[in-house]
Amino acid sequence: MPGVNSNGVDEDAVIGEVLSRHQSDPTRLMQILREVQERIDWLSPDTLTKVAEGTRLPRGRVEGVAGFYHFFHTEPLGRYRMLWSDNITDRMAGNADLMARMCKKLWLKPGRVSEDGLVSVDTTSCTGLGDQGPALLVNYRPVTRMTPERVDRIVELIRHKTPVAEWPAEFFKVEDNIRRKDALLGADFQPGDALKALKSPQEVLDAVKESGLRGRGGAGFSTGQKWEFCRAAVGTGAHPAHYVVCNADEGEPGTFKDRVLLSSYADMVFEGMTVSGYVIGARKGFVYLRGEYRYLLEPLNAVLEKRRAAKLLGKSILGRTGFDFDIEIHLGAGAYVCGEETALLESLEGKRGVPRKRPPFPVTSGYLGQPTAVNNVETLASAALIAAKGATWYKSIGTPKSAGTKILSISGDCERPGIYEYPYGVKVSQVLADCGAHDTQACQIAGASGLCVAPNEFGRRIAFEDIPTGGSFMVFDNTRDMFQVARNFAHFFVHESCGFCTPCRVGTTLLANAMDKIDGGHGGEYDINDIWRVIRTLKTASHCGLGQTAGNCVADTLQKFRPSYELRLNVRDFEPAFDLDKALSKMREVTGRDDPGAHFHIAHRKSRAGIGTKAGDPA
Amino acid sequence: MNAPLPKRKLKVATTSLAGCFGCHMSFLDIDERILDLVELVEFDRSPITDIKHCSPDCDIGIIEGGVCNAENVHVLHEFRKNCKILIAMGACAINGGLPAQRNSLDIRDILAAVYAQPGRGVHIPNDPEIPLLLNEVHPLHEVVRIDYFLPGCPPSGDAIWKFLTDLLAGRTPTLGHGLIHYD
Repeated sequence: MPGVNSNGVDEDAVIGEVLSRHQSDPTRLMQILREVQERIDWLSPDTLTKVAEGTRLPRGRVEGVAGFYHFFHTEPLGRYRMLWSDNITDRMAGNADLMARMCKKLWLKPGRVSEDGLVSVDTTSCTGLGDQGPALLVNYRPVTRMTPERVDRIVELIRHKTPVAEWPAEFFKVEDNIRRKDALLGADFQPGDALKALKSPQEVLDAVKESGLRGRGGAGFSTGQKWEFCRAAVGTGAHPAHYVVCNADEGEPGTFKDRVLLSSYADMVFEGMTVSGYVIGARKGFVYLRGEYRYLLEPLNAVLEKRRAAKLLGKSILGRTGFDFDIEIHLGAGAYVCGEETALLESLEGKRGVPRKRPPFPVTSGYLGQPTAVNNVETLASAALIAAKGATWYKSIGTPKSAGTKILSISGDCERPGIYEYPYGVKVSQVLADCGAHDTQACQIAGASGLCVAPNEFGRRIAFEDIPTGGSFMVFDNTRDMFQVARNFAHFFVHESCGFCTPCRVGTTLLANAMDKIDGGHGGEYDINDIWRVIRTLKTASHCGLGQTAGNCVADTLQKFRPSYELRLNVRDFEPAFDLDKALSKMREVTGRDDPGAHFHIAHRKSRAGIGTKAGDPA
Repeated sequence: MNAPLPKRKLKVATTSLAGCFGCHMSFLDIDERILDLVELVEFDRSPITDIKHCSPDCDIGIIEGGVCNAENVHVLHEFRKNCKILIAMGACAINGGLPAQRNSLDIRDILAAVYAQPGRGVHIPNDPEIPLLLNEVHPLHEVVRIDYFLPGCPPSGDAIWKFLTDLLAGRTPTLGHGLIHYD
């Protein structure tokens, strides 16, 4: 039958149905591609052509989008797509051995599809399950707490071609792991509390400003000011409008608090969005949900339905004429850079997630060029709380410049990983004591792009005045090798650089190559100097924050854990990036030569110490 | 020429490794300025002079092309040993360039395909006089320390002139707008 694929799915019918559900709207391209892929496993050239025709977009645009996002595939990757989360915390929990076990049992190499086209196994960036790793995505659904036994069971299920929907529910159990509640997580908050308390938009805006609320994504811009700018901005064109966007693209390695907020506090988040819409005069809000949290889509939509039924969303909210607001959830597809608000807006418009130039800022020219307030999940939940309980109360929590509380996602070497909410100003040492961390040699705060904190700094505080953070808090004890932590992050940025600007695209790769060279025992002082040069270029010349901060962890660890680098260095001034003599191995084999001309007789390098060096043969 | 004259002439050596000599040809595009240049420098080992080995007191070594065989490695080591400043000139020296296109294939497969003769099997040239090929082509900085990179395919005569006059005058070379082309 024409158009019917090997799995018996009528592809044309699927594409037609998905297109018509989205009115063939080109701004919904991401959702169209995702839904099509969910039904027919991959995006074939033919599929892309049909989507392009349907949406009246140039085919190159559609292919460009499909090629940009890690979770879209333009080649078949098997009916079972296994993606191991590869954050440093997953590595510390042993994901490499587990993945090797899975590959061995499936007779597979990582990154390859099995010959029968059934399964592929690969790695992906942090999946937001650092408190219950090692984690794995099976067809983009998370499986937590992987063990050798669990690997074996999954391999059996794949071999028997059991549909993922029929796999044991316990595999997919994601715990909240809330360990410490404070003003927000411990609040007595019923759906509607904030909306019922609303006075005039100006009064609500004044309260948010008065509360001192600042952005919880890490940058810490005043929420009240952002809303004020957005409210004052005028919509343009034939369909002027204002928009609210909730940034739930929680991609920073080691953070997972938005996952918990959206799992168990979704009403508070949606209510915050509604309050924001009320203040800035928006009728529509979007949640940009990272692709890794696809499993939350149905539960979140159910909450939205309930809120519509309760008149907390939709037309004339709580009977107030003119107060119309509704929320839609937009799924991302595995691109860290989309956490940057302008890349997020591009993605929301159905494009590649390439950051925009600023100014103009989203408050004046955001989604579809209209004034848009983009806020973090936690910021919006806090705004709902402020609207319900007042600015004065909120301002009394925290420090003078950092009002309120911060939710930390704690993972790594501690007894009780999970979610901890603290008033701003809490000391790092207090956090470490609470989560049961022992012999800690470092904390990586605010993710791969954040700050690496050594023990002599554990008296510092989590606050905008001192250590700002989006919430990621990874703990490393004395058994860990901080060089490898930095190397993991360096590779993370290679993968996540959007490729738009040269300093970041090339710089992140140069940095990772230098780290690999040192790891392979080929590094010298020259390479350290080179690393500083690359970091300087990344910081000063990159287009967006991703590149500007991509060298942070290497810079921090070079300063604070310098011996972990030095002990790997070669004493010589310069060492080739590979073993010269081995680079002639294939020709010696082909020609049978073994004369002096077929070798390089160079004084052999000596490592100052054995740690971490391995006899690599990159050539 | 604005650059102050150095007290003595600086010794410059040049060579082409796995390159096409295009950078050297471009070097000649400095045209009559080469007369100014020889007031400032003396050419040591170079295709221009046909001197076979570097003097031990060279100041500047300019190298075109990447590293594709054992001889390239020896020449590069000789340059590094004898030159105070080493410059990687052109795309191949900096990135491996066109010769590095072979890196995606196994050298054994390439030779087997290239030297296959219909009905007579494979005869790969094999003589101690012929330098062995490396498993992969490498940019210079993976083999020795490189001090400066002069990008371009090839860098224009003007770019080479600007770069050298900066260097000879003691300024860190910068090409700036108009002198860097990637297409």
